[in-house]
Amino acid sequence: MIINSRFFNRSELMGFIALAAVLFVILPLTLDVFRLNLVAKYLTYAFVAIGLVLCWGYGGILSLGQGVFFGLGGYCMAMFLKLEASSVENTKIQSTPGIPDFMDWNQITSLPLFWQPFHSLTFTVLAIILVPGLFALIIGTAMFKRRVGGTYFAIITQAVAAILTILIVGQQGYTGGINGMTDLRTLKGWDIRPDHAKIILYFVEVVLLFACIGIAQFIRLTKLGRILVAMREQEDRVRFSGYSVANFKIFAFCMAAIFAAIGGAMFALNVGFMSPSFVGIVPSIEMVIYTAVGGRMSIFGAIWGAILVNFAKTSLSESFPQLWLFGLGALFIAVVLAFPNGLSGLWADYVQPRIDRLFASRKAKTSWSENSVADGAPAE
Amino acid sequence: MFGDYSIGDLGSIFVMQGFAGLILFSVYVLMALGLAIIFGQMGVINMAHGEFMILGAYVTWMTSNIFQSYLPGLFSGYFFLAMILAFLASGALGMVVEWVLIRHLYKRPLDTLLATWGLSLMLQQAYRSVFGAREVGVELPQWMLGSLHVTDSIEVPINGVFVMGLTVLITISVAYVLYMSRWGRQVRAVVQNRIMAGAVGINTEKVDRYTFGLGCGIAGVAGSAFTMIGSTGPTSGQLYIVDTFLVVVFGGAASLLGTIASAFSISQTQSTLEFFMSGSMAKVLTLLAVVGILMLRPQGLFALKVRK
Repeated sequence: MIINSRFFNRSELMGFIALAAVLFVILPLTLDVFRLNLVAKYLTYAFVAIGLVLCWGYGGILSLGQGVFFGLGGYCMAMFLKLEASSVENTKIQSTPGIPDFMDWNQITSLPLFWQPFHSLTFTVLAIILVPGLFALIIGTAMFKRRVGGTYFAIITQAVAAILTILIVGQQGYTGGINGMTDLRTLKGWDIRPDHAKIILYFVEVVLLFACIGIAQFIRLTKLGRILVAMREQEDRVRFSGYSVANFKIFAFCMAAIFAAIGGAMFALNVGFMSPSFVGIVPSIEMVIYTAVGGRMSIFGAIWGAILVNFAKTSLSESFPQLWLFGLGALFIAVVLAFPNGLSGLWADYVQPRIDRLFASRKAKTSWSENSVADGAPAE
Repeated sequence: MFGDYSIGDLGSIFVMQGFAGLILFSVYVLMALGLAIIFGQMGVINMAHGEFMILGAYVTWMTSNIFQSYLPGLFSGYFFLAMILAFLASGALGMVVEWVLIRHLYKRPLDTLLATWGLSLMLQQAYRSVFGAREVGVELPQWMLGSLHVTDSIEVPINGVFVMGLTVLITISVAYVLYMSRWGRQVRAVVQNRIMAGAVGINTEKVDRYTFGLGCGIAGVAGSAFTMIGSTGPTSGQLYIVDTFLVVVFGGAASLLGTIASAFSISQTQSTLEFFMSGSMAKVLTLLAVVGILMLRPQGLFALKVRK
C-alpha cells in the first residue's frame, strides 16, 4: 500500500478511505450534476477548514478573517476568468470594448494597471498562492512578533475582513461592487459552464483537496506539528526552550491562508462567480463554525463538518428558512458547550471504541496467538 | 480639496461634520461602555452585544407605540420610561444568558466568541419572527424635532444634543458605579484576582452575573438612544459590532477613559473624512488607521500596567 501505516494511524486510514470512497465514487455515482456541483461548492469550504485545523486546532490561533484569504484567492481566479470573458468580441456593445462589463458601467475607459497581469494564467495561479500568503505574512508578522494573540488577534482579523468587504463594495468600478464578478465563462478557451466541465472541475477539486490533506497531515506529523501543539498548550515553555514562537505561528497562519485561497479559487471556478458576500465577517465566522462542528482537532472531521453543515444549510434553508438560523445558532452553542471536539470527538469517544472492540473480538476469534490479541486490544 | 471653500465655509464644515461625528461618538461610547465592561473587565467576547442593543431599540419602539395608542397625552415623556424598560429588558436577558451560557466558558475566551455568535444568530431570527424583517422607526416627540440655529451656517439637531447629554450622563453614572460604589469595588476586585476576591468573601458568581447584566443593560440603553437617530431592523446590531470591538481594543481593554478617547478619535476621523470622500472610503481609511496603530501598539491607547 502506498500510504504506509506511519503516515496515517489505523483510524486515520479508515477516515481517509471513507472520505476518498465517498468523494471519488459514491457521490459522483449517486448525485446529478446540479447536486454534485453543490458538493463542489461545499468542498471549497473544506479547504478553509483544513487550514483552520492547522492554525486553530493545532496552533491555537483563532482567525476570524479566513474569508479574506478565501476572497483573495477567489477574486484572483475570478479576475482571470472575467478578463477572458470580456474579450473584444464578447463586449463589443460596450462603449469601451475589451474591459469587464462593470468597469464600463462605472465609466472606466481603460483596464486598471493591477488588472493587467491577470491576462496570464501562470501569473494568476501564482497570485492565488502568493497574494494571500504574503498578506497573511504581513498580518502575522505584525501581530505575532509583538506577541499579540488570542482574542485580540481574532478581533483584528475580523476588522481586516470588514475592511476588505467595505473596500470591495465601495470600489465598484474596479471590483464589481456588491454584485461581485459574475458571468465567468471560459478557462483558456474551455467552457466551464456545461455539465461535463462541472464534473471534471469537481474531480480536479477533490484531487486538490486530497493534496492539501496530505500536506496538512505531513505538517502535523513532523516536529513542526508537535511544536504547534506544545505552543498551544504552554507557549512560554516553548519560548524558553529556545524556539521562536512567533515564526511558527506565522507559518501556521500563512498555511491556513493559502489553503483558504485555494478553496476560494476553486469556488470561483465551480460556482462561476465571486462576490464580497464570501469575504466578510459572517462567512468568515461560518467557516470557523464548520471546523468547530466537525472537530477542530481532526482534519477529516473538519472536512465532514464543512460538507454536513453546508448540506444542512442548503436543505433546511430551502424548506424552513426560519428554522435554519435558530438551528445553526443552537448547533453552535451546543458544540461549544457540550462537545468542544465536534463530530470527530463524538466519533472518537463513542463509535471508535466499538469498532476497535469489534476488530479485537474478531481477531481474537480467528487466531488465538497472544500477539494478535495484544495488537487488537483497544489502544489509544 | 480645500480650494473651493472659503475659510468661513471650512470652519462651518468642520463644526457640522464634527457635530455629526459627536453623534456617532455617542453611539460608539454607549455601545462600547457595555462592551468594555464585559470584554475589558470579564474577558468575555460578546458577539451578541449588538443584539442586546437592538432589543433595547425594539423595547423603545414598543413603548412609543403603546404610548401613542393609550396615553397620547404623556407621549412627550415616553422616552424616559422606554429607556428604563430597555435597560431592564436587556439586563435581564443578559443575566439569563450569563447563567445559561457564559458562566461555563470563563476559562475559554475564544469559545465565548463562538457561543455568543450562535446566540446572536438565534436572537436575530427571533426578532425577525416577532417584529418582522422590515426596519421600524420610532416617532419622536415634538420637542425633540427641529434644530438649534447657532450661526447662519451652523445648525444643530436637538435629538443629537439629547443623545449626547444622555451619553455624558450614562458615562458618569457607570464611572461612579464602577469606581465609587461598594459593588463596583467588588467587580474590580474579582477582575484583578478572582481567587483572592472569593477568599475575602465576595460572591464572585453573583458579581459576574450582575456585571454581565449591567453591560447588557447599557447596550439596551444604547439601543434606545439609537432609535432617535436611525431605524431598527433585526440585523442592525451586526453593523456596529466590529466597530465597537475596535473602539474597545483601541482604547485599551480595561480602561474606561481609553474607551472614551478611542471612540472620540475614531468617530471624529471618520466623520471628517466622510465629507471629503465617499463614506465607504472614509470608513476603510479609519479602520485601516486603527488596525495599523494597533499593530504598532497592541495594548491600545491607555493600557493598565499589569505584570503577567
